[in-house]
Order: sequence, then structure tokens, then C-alpha cells
Amino acid sequence: MGRPLATLIVIAGMSVLGGAAVTAPPAPDPGGGGLAIPRATAQNPTADLPSWGAPTNAEPVAAADAASSDPVARGRYLVDAGDCMACHTNPGGAPFAGARPISTPFGVIFSSNITPDLKTGIGSWSADQFYKALHHGVRRDGARLYPAFPYPHFTHMPRADVEAMRAYLATVPPIEQATPPNRLPFPLNIRFVMRIWNALYFRSDTFQPDPARSPEWNRGAYLVQGPGHCGACHTPTNLLGAETSNRPFEGGKLDDWVALKLTNDQRDGLANWSQAEIVDYLRTGRNAHTTASGSMGEVVYASTSRMSDRDLRAIATYLKVLPGAGPTAATTTPDVATLRAGEAIYVDTCTACHRADGEGSPRLFPPLKGDAALQSKDPTTVVRIILAGARSVPTPGKPTPIAMPSFAWKLDDQEIASVATYVRESWGNAAPAVSATQVARLRGKYGGPKD
Amino acid sequence: MDQELSVAQDPAPVDAVLVGFGWTGAIMAEALTAAGLNVVALERGGWRDTPADFATTFDQDELRYFWRHRLFQNVAHETLTFRNKPDQVALPMRRLGSFLPGSGVGGGGVHWNGQVWRFLPSDFIARSHNLSRYGQAALGPEMTIQDYGVTYAELEPYYDRFEYLCGVSGRAGNLGGVVQAGGNPFEGPRSREYPNPPMEMTYGPTLFADAAARVGLHPFPHPSANMSRAYTNPLGLQLGPCTYCGFCEKFGCGNYSKASPQTTILPVLLARPNFTLRTGCEVLKVELTADGKHATGVSYRDETGAARFQAAGVVVLAAFILENVRLMLLSGIGKPYDPRTGDGVIGRNYAYQVTSSVNVFYDDKLINPFIGAGSLGMIVDDFNGDNFDHAGKGFIGGGYIGVVNTGARPIESHPTPDKTPAWGSAWKRAVAANYLKTVSIATHGAVMSHRNNYLDLDPTYRDTLGRPMLRMTFDFTDNEHRMSDFLTERAGDVARAMGGREVRLNKRTGDYDIVPYQTTHNTGGAIMGNDPKTSALNRFLQSWDVPNVFAPGANAFPQNAGYNPAGTVAALTYWCAEAITTSFMKSPGPLVQT
Repeated sequence: MGRPLATLIVIAGMSVLGGAAVTAPPAPDPGGGGLAIPRATAQNPTADLPSWGAPTNAEPVAAADAASSDPVARGRYLVDAGDCMACHTNPGGAPFAGARPISTPFGVIFSSNITPDLKTGIGSWSADQFYKALHHGVRRDGARLYPAFPYPHFTHMPRADVEAMRAYLATVPPIEQATPPNRLPFPLNIRFVMRIWNALYFRSDTFQPDPARSPEWNRGAYLVQGPGHCGACHTPTNLLGAETSNRPFEGGKLDDWVALKLTNDQRDGLANWSQAEIVDYLRTGRNAHTTASGSMGEVVYASTSRMSDRDLRAIATYLKVLPGAGPTAATTTPDVATLRAGEAIYVDTCTACHRADGEGSPRLFPPLKGDAALQSKDPTTVVRIILAGARSVPTPGKPTPIAMPSFAWKLDDQEIASVATYVRESWGNAAPAVSATQVARLRGKYGGPKD
Repeated sequence: MDQELSVAQDPAPVDAVLVGFGWTGAIMAEALTAAGLNVVALERGGWRDTPADFATTFDQDELRYFWRHRLFQNVAHETLTFRNKPDQVALPMRRLGSFLPGSGVGGGGVHWNGQVWRFLPSDFIARSHNLSRYGQAALGPEMTIQDYGVTYAELEPYYDRFEYLCGVSGRAGNLGGVVQAGGNPFEGPRSREYPNPPMEMTYGPTLFADAAARVGLHPFPHPSANMSRAYTNPLGLQLGPCTYCGFCEKFGCGNYSKASPQTTILPVLLARPNFTLRTGCEVLKVELTADGKHATGVSYRDETGAARFQAAGVVVLAAFILENVRLMLLSGIGKPYDPRTGDGVIGRNYAYQVTSSVNVFYDDKLINPFIGAGSLGMIVDDFNGDNFDHAGKGFIGGGYIGVVNTGARPIESHPTPDKTPAWGSAWKRAVAANYLKTVSIATHGAVMSHRNNYLDLDPTYRDTLGRPMLRMTFDFTDNEHRMSDFLTERAGDVARAMGGREVRLNKRTGDYDIVPYQTTHNTGGAIMGNDPKTSALNRFLQSWDVPNVFAPGANAFPQNAGYNPAGTVAALTYWCAEAITTSFMKSPGPLVQT
């Protein structure tokens, strides 16, 4: 896979500093959106699908572990909630053995081996050393970790939770696999510079409940800010890649996916999602408004779909209290000729699934009307999906991995720009027009030339 | 077994191995793995799924999929030989024509129309029912029809299960014995309504239904596995609303709107740890113990061409009927049928279906037949099975009549009025004038089994692996011609009431011809029944001779009915799976004592 999930955990937004990203173009993939979930092949037809148990409509068995008195069970749950598997497992490789390349705007960082292997894993780490890594971002040898590992979030976890994670990780099969050296340019390859970064932007700080709020809100706040590390993607970053503390959850961008605003903005945030719809989305990857794909699809697949309903409700409770901009009038002035061209393409190529009225078939073919990602100022996500296609992730509640095919070979840059502009400006949607130049820039990475 | 076979390289033994992975294999695998069995399926073709193999961006391609046979069996690798009569020399079928067996994951379930029927209760007791109503004379000395050994009432829950798996769109005609307005009043009792309402009806089928009602018949919507609305099946898998694009038969569906193993079973099945699918694996033979009474597993060629053996406690033959019968012949399971003596059971009672059509040409009505779906249509069942009195008609059996707008794809569909030249500018003018203004009524008739219609191994021709080809000996008999002519006349009655400019009857005449496409509803050859002398399988689809071999599929039909077979194949497969999981696994051995 050319574009692993873990990029999202990298200092998103530093591209302004770092120049071209090093993400390699993915192989042509008629159905995929570049998901790290392996694609099915003739040799391995089941690769599309979770390998750890049959989907059912019931709540995940492990959900009960959230409050288990057994640290191993509770640790497994927290490891899922923290989505550790995603970064610390190379596609096709052994779980938690690391060595997954994580593309950053500066270079490639390889995730570490967190199996209990004594030599290459964390089997010989003490409890203190493990806690220091999560709480202070300090490696066993004293070196500073890069915030690709989201210790600025994990620092909020109380020691008991961290030790539960460690107890669980001690039970996974040990794998001997050394972590390849990172490929970072000077001076970032000197871990010492992270001391400066930490001094500027990092404070180790265990989560403190707010007694004025409900226990549910506090649980949600803890999960979102701590193990869930949602802000790693969904909070805008400053020039040095640190989350901007005065704009939490106002959306970000990582590796050519737009990370939605989690604030309650009307047009491009979560204002129109009810608490139940947020739970539905995190549980199944779909709700009445949209379908998870791309990086967030992987988060749903490997993390939130395994969490308890109680915790998902808590997360939703917390998110619904976030502030948000009210209704905004459409301020864009779309070009009529572009809209007409876009509509013609839309009718020909999109209506079979998304319907002429943009209503789609909720939870199956996502509605375009009112979609927040579609209306984000930055059109990267919609252009990328038209070019490369997308695949919804199979979850226990919704096991069908429905895919949208790639249109790169069928539509040229201007045609994609026109249809993207059309869907961003129709049915009450409003967002800036998309240019052929913007499409061309992404085509190099996510699709070949038009046939 | 092959000499090169290395035991060390063979996969571990499993509870059940399935030969073939279309509808039958997928249903069987789902049912067996749900009961906890460890199952391996071997599919000769490749892996196929919606986004990679029939995405909406390229799916509606008539040339690629129909004319160039993208999804079908490759006859350069494997075919059969054919003749009409036992005294002729059979020759290989070098291009697919009359029928289109699938290959690859999903099998024919990928390229079917989605027509989901139940057979009539009387179809399951065809021999005893017709004998008691019409007497021995009506059957004649050469007709070899039989009872199934299983009844409609026994299969009803399994029909229901398949219909809910597929999300069939339709309207019940008989709920628990009470006839329902708007449905098929002749059908057997259903335990509940279809999971989805009928599809939106287009103009052609509506004109047919109105006229049929005027002449006293009972039109109803075709039961359809093309979705009338979004649907989530009992396994949690999702289907999308059909777009009426008109590319079902011979095509995969890019919109997730047609039930197939891919859309209704596989994402859940493939995630189960006790299931393994191996593609590119051609099964050569079912291996038996020295006494020939127990199967040890199957030998096969894997995708690298290497010989392999898969040991298994149960062998399920889940390939298309022609391959199921051939594998039984090649493996020595059951006695081959001999038409001269009437002895033997493998190859016996091969049957097919007989189709015809009637065109209605209009001047003033735009039919727009390109708006279609595989099962979009209106049907009358008044002349199917024994729904009408056959006394004095000179035949038994029947079929349905209806207008099914499968899409009128342009290379394939160009109806022209009588006396139009077959080529040239006059033909072109006629096509242009009539394409949008023609309704085609189809008849879909049963074929009774006959002593001289059978399958055996060809004495001369071999496949690329050196194994004898299957030889098909088949012709329509007087019973079929009389029945089909009768159906065509009845379709003509409706056609003349439809108010067109001109009506054209296209009867099926002469010997069966394997060249033009008719239907892929081949049946029989390894039939089920109550007597091991006249059937290969008992009522649980279990081989009488090798009790750990099961062969669910249309091969089990003792004769063909006037309906599309998939619903009954699926119901029999669920029925068979239930027998395996609840009875056979607890006490392996014959489930019916002889």
C-alpha cells in the first residue's frame, strides 16, 4: 500500500513547511480508496475482510471488556480504542510487529514493534519505561519519540489504563522484527530537536474529569482526547505540526484526505448529526448522512466498530457539546457553464447510485446532499474519491464492503473538476469551485491518465 | 490419484469439501460453516468481485460480456459433445450457444437474471400426480418422469430462506392457503410475503398484463432478485435499488442491485475462520475407498497446475449439473445409465426447457424496451404445470407466459415483423422502425424426461486434461412440441388483445438445436428419488452408493418444470445442508435405508 493509515497520526499540516510529501502513488485500484485493508486478489480472495472473526449484528464481544476488572481484557479494549493495531501492523504482516512505513511531509517514519519480543519488541521494557513512552514521549533509551506516535494524547491516560494496555500487549505473540531506520532529513533525524518541540507544544498531563459535567461527557472527553487521539487529525496544526490549542477539532488535512470538522458547524461540521447518528457512524461506518472511507474508514474498521455502545454514546455526547458555526449562506458564485457540464456528467455517471436528487441510498450509497466532507473548503477528498474510487469498510453491523469505482480513466481533469463543482453546488450544498489544475495535481498520485 | 502427488503438500483434511463455488457452493458453505463445520470450497475459475470485475464504469458492455463470453465457461478448455439421438455420432460443442454455464466465483449466480421461482406442489410429485389424474396413457411408454421424494411443504421454509437472502421483490399469491389478489393464484402456500414489493412496472409488461386480464388470465409481477428498493438481508449484507439498466442476464451487476453470492453471502462467509476458498482449482475426481462405498476426498489441480488431494469427511458436488454428472461418471459413483436397458442412474433423465416467443408490433406506442431488468415483467401462470386440464391435449406439463423486459440490448435484440429480409437495407429499416415499438412475449416451458435423453461419457473426445468429455443426447419429444405450440397459441391470444399493428408467433420447431441461445436451465442426470434403481440420490440429495457424497443442484430434478430453477436449486441445497448438519454429521451413513 502506498498510503498507509498512519500518516494521519503524523504532524498533519506541516506540508506548508516540508514541501512535497513522499507518499508513493498507489497501484491502480479500481475499487479502493487506498485503504490499508488489503485488497482481495485471486490468490487471497478473503484479504478484503477482517481476519479476526465473523461479523454479526451484535455488539462486539469485547465491548464488555471496557470496564473489565481483568487488566488484559481491559487492555485489549483500550488498544482497540487507541487503534494501535493500525500503525503498528504492516499490511500483511504480523499484528503489532511494526515496521509499517508512515509517510510524513518530511520523510518516512517506521512504526515500532510492540509485541513482547525481547530483542526487537517491548518484552524487556519495564512498566515505568512503557508508561514514560506514552506519558512523556520518551523512549526506553531516553530518546524523544516523534509525535507520529500520538503521545500528546496518550499522556492523558491514567497509569492504570496504560498498564492495562501493557498487560494485553504482553499476551500477543512475540515477533522478532527489527524496526527499519526512519528516513528523515537533517535536522529532523536528530531526535534531540524533539526536545525543543516538546518544550514548545507538549505538556504531560493526565486527564482530569470536569465535575460540572456528566460522567458520560467526561468519559467521552477522555476517550476523544486520550486513547482515541481524534485531535491528531481533526485539529488544525500550526507550521511546526503541533495542534493549535485554540482551535480544537476544527478539521485538518492529512495525506490527501480532509479530516472533518468535529465541531457543530452547519455546513462542514457535525451540526446535523444527532448523537445516535454519530454512534451509528462509529459503530458501522455508515449513517444517514455519510459513509466512512479512506483513513477514517480504517479507524472505524480497526477501532470504533469494536468499542462498546456506551463508550460510543459518550463520545457522541462530548462531540455534540462542542461549539460550531451556525447556518451559513452560500457565498460562492459558480460558473453556469461549468455547472451545466458537471450536471451532464453527473446524470450520466453518478445518478445510478447517488440519485438525481443527491439523496443516494443512505448507509449504502452515501447521500451527497448536505455531506460535510463534500462541502469542506478544500476539495481534496471529493476529487481523490472520483479519481481513485472508494471502498466502505466492512464492519460487524454492515459487512458489505461497497465500493465506488475509479473514474480516472473515464473522465479528464476538466470533467472531474466540473462534476465535483456541480455536486459541491447542488441541492443546497455550497463550496468553492474545483479547478482542473487541482484535479491534475491529485491525478498523478491517485489515478492514471484518461484512456 | 496422480503419481506425482506429494502427501506432504496436501492441505489438511476438512469436514466438507465443496466442488464449485456458485450459488449452490456458497449456500452450502454458509450453512455448513454456520453449524461449525470446517469447509473448503474449490472453484475452477478465478476470484471475482463487484468493483474489480463488473464495476458500473464498464459493466454495461454487451460485446465483452455476452458476445465474448467474459463470465462463462471456456469451451476451449472444457466442453461437451452433443447429438440429438442415440444412433448419431456426437460432436464437440466448440462455441457456447444454447446454454451458458458460468465459471469463476459466484458461477452462474453472477450472470443470471435473478428470476426466483418456486415449483408447484404438483411438480414435486409429477409422476404420481399425472398418473392419478390422466392415467398411464398420458405418459406413454418412453416418458421417465418421477417424483422427487421431497414435497413442496417440506421445502417451503428453504424457499423462504433463499427469497429473504436475495431480497426478492414480488407479491405473494397464496399466503398460508389464502389466495392473494395481485399475486400468482396458482402457487403453493407461502409462509409469508416476499421481502420486497414488486419492481416498478414499465410499459410493455403493463400492456401485456392488461390484455391478459381481459382474456381471463391472472397476471402478476415476476418474482425478482433485482431490488425494488434498498435491502439488508438476514446476514446483514446490503443490496441497492435497481436502476433498470437492462444488463442482468450475461452480466454482473455493478450497482449491488442483483442478488448473487457476492452480494448476499460472500463478505460474511469469507470472514469466517472455518471457511477457505481456493480459486483456480479444478477437481478431477472424487476419490473412493477400495470398496467404492466411501469418498476419502477429491483430487484436483491447483492454480499452479500441481496435483493435490483434499481429504474430507463429506464431499459436496456443487458444480453446474453437467460437471456434477460428469464427476460422478469419472469417479465411479453410481451405475451409469444405459438407455437400451433403462438400467443405471448416472446420466438418467437429462432434461431442458422449451421456449418460444410472440412479438407485438405497434405504430403508436413507444415501449422503450431498453429500460429493463432481468426479472422485470408481468407473468401469467394459468398454463403452467397442472394448473389447467390437460385432458385430450396430448401432452402434460406447461410453462409460464409473460413479458419480461430484460433490457433489449442492441446487438442482441432487434425484433422485426414477419417477412422482413434477414439482412440488408430493408432489414435495417425494419429494425429502426420497430425497436422502440415492439413487445416480446416469452413462453417458458417444461421438458419431461424421456428414455433417450441422457448424459454419458464420450467414447472419443477428451478435454485438455485427458478426461473424457461429457456426451449429451437430447431432443424435444412430441410432448414438448405440443406443449410449446399450445403455450405459443395462448401467448398469441393475449398478444392479439394487446392492440398492436401486427402479431408474430415464433414457435419452437424441429429438433433441439444447440446453437442459438435458449436457456441455461439444464437439469437431471443425477436425480433424486425414492428408489435407488431409478435415482442417483435419495431425498436428501445424498448418493445412494457413496453416502458421504451429496449432489445438490438442478442435476437432482427428475424432470424439468416450467420455471427458472434457481429458487428450487437453492431450496434443495438448504434442505441438503440441514440433513448434513443435523443428521449425517451425528451419524454418518445413509440417511434413507434401502
